[in-house]
Amino acid sequence: MSAPLVRVAGFRKTYGSVVAVDEISFEVNEGEIFGLIGPNGAGKTTTMECIEGFRRPDRGSISVLGLDPVRDVYKLQHRIGVQLQQAQLQKRITVREAVHLWTSLYGRPAAQGEALLQQLGLFEKRNAWFMTLSGGQKQRLFIVLALINDPELVFLDELTTGLDPQARRAIWDLVRGIRARGKTVLLTTHLMEEAERLCDRVAIIEHGRIIDIDTPEQLVARHVAERTVVVSTGDPAAEDRFRSIAGVASVTRHDDRFTLRGSGSGFVTAVIQCISDARITVTDFRTVHPTLEDVFLKLTGHSIRD
Amino acid sequence: MLRGLLRLTWLEMKIFVREPLGAIGALVFPVLGYVVLGRLMGRRVAVPTSGAGELLRVGLPIFSAILIVLTSLISLVTIISIYREGGILKRLRATPLRPWTILTAHVLVKLAFTAITLLVMVAAGKRYYPADLQIPIASFTVALLLCTFSLLSIGFVIASLVPTARFAQPITAAIFYPMIALSGLFVPIEVLPRSLAMVARVLPLTYAVNLMRGILLGDAWRAHLVDLGVLAALFVICTAISARVFRWE
Repeated sequence: MSAPLVRVAGFRKTYGSVVAVDEISFEVNEGEIFGLIGPNGAGKTTTMECIEGFRRPDRGSISVLGLDPVRDVYKLQHRIGVQLQQAQLQKRITVREAVHLWTSLYGRPAAQGEALLQQLGLFEKRNAWFMTLSGGQKQRLFIVLALINDPELVFLDELTTGLDPQARRAIWDLVRGIRARGKTVLLTTHLMEEAERLCDRVAIIEHGRIIDIDTPEQLVARHVAERTVVVSTGDPAAEDRFRSIAGVASVTRHDDRFTLRGSGSGFVTAVIQCISDARITVTDFRTVHPTLEDVFLKLTGHSIRD
Repeated sequence: MLRGLLRLTWLEMKIFVREPLGAIGALVFPVLGYVVLGRLMGRRVAVPTSGAGELLRVGLPIFSAILIVLTSLISLVTIISIYREGGILKRLRATPLRPWTILTAHVLVKLAFTAITLLVMVAAGKRYYPADLQIPIASFTVALLLCTFSLLSIGFVIASLVPTARFAQPITAAIFYPMIALSGLFVPIEVLPRSLAMVARVLPLTYAVNLMRGILLGDAWRAHLVDLGVLAALFVICTAISARVFRWE
């Protein structure tokens, strides 16, 4: 495998007496979508903006594409694409004017910008003022601007915040499209579903520290051993049977629906075995997969939305 | 980077014209006011001995110029704070544009509109003001330009400090408009009460008015070294302060 595109080691950043990021280290590999996930105020944006070269770290080292983001910021700018959290454009700039400004600033042919507008479905909107675009269209325009210099590494900061679910899904497809072009993506999100669907690897950040880094599947497997099975049955003897299953931690009941929690990879098999042995008539059976949301809850003791 | 500067300046001019009150506020209102004033009182200018004539001949051009510069200044502070609040400054800074280019573009836009307004005004005022008035146009333009740069640099300090875009306009107006009263434009500083005269002497507008009046009346530049010095020092100091405290987000 080639060298990591981004290497962060012992990075720390404070604002006055507030420690925004405290001694974090991670690497982003070529061709992956890497996510910094955590609640608002965890230090995700600060970390990202230091990697982009907009802020200066207090301590630690950051290397991006082999460059020092603070010292080589202008050199770096030509090789990375950025989308900033909560950034806007001039209200009355047209889509086309923005794209042409960007192509000229990066010394790219205007046709390249037009092609990107086509690919991201904004071409019909090319003469519209920025202020008249929907939230999803604005974010698509920012993706166009981030891709205009054909960057090797793309930064997306809270890309889908404030979008409705449909627009969000469309944006996710676009981000997968960026990876398909052979680019590397570093994104931040406080949406666990987004991280789960999009990221190859994630770093969970809270209070300026990284709690763990891995693929979403590995994180779930490592931290949430608990399995949940939901069974619907009218059998009056079922509850007692369920409580006697090996490894069961809890059985809760809502009318005919039982939620069984237990640990260990054999738990689901044990439930099926029990139903089969006791000849319980089941009207519904499903397993609930633990998610990154559960991982976060487990690791921090609170939900990401709190 | 010059290409980026020109491109951004041109773009910002187009965007400014699209604002509902952008071009009208900057251009139409001042010119209209000037023409109406000229219609009402223009004939008296021709009578050189009358006090009103003197006031109009010298005072009116300066007053108009000051008003236009202040309009630009307020508009500059407002736009910069709106751009900051909306994250537009931050977004532009994350491009190969150098930070100073982004701000310079806005100064150029303001200068362009100031110049256009003054030109239209002079053209429109011709009918009401006798053509034989000796106005040293070239030197007056230079004096006006110096005053504009100096005043706009104060604007940048204010733009660095105003908390939100909503306050930008009233704060800037409250700082500058009262200065006009004490600038010596209407009432000579010598006849002001001592305390007010002292206030007048620390107001930057006083030096701007004094310079423009002198140049308009045909004074040599050498006679206004103090004014020039104060305005230049102001420009240097304010630019240095802005460079240190300007917030991009």
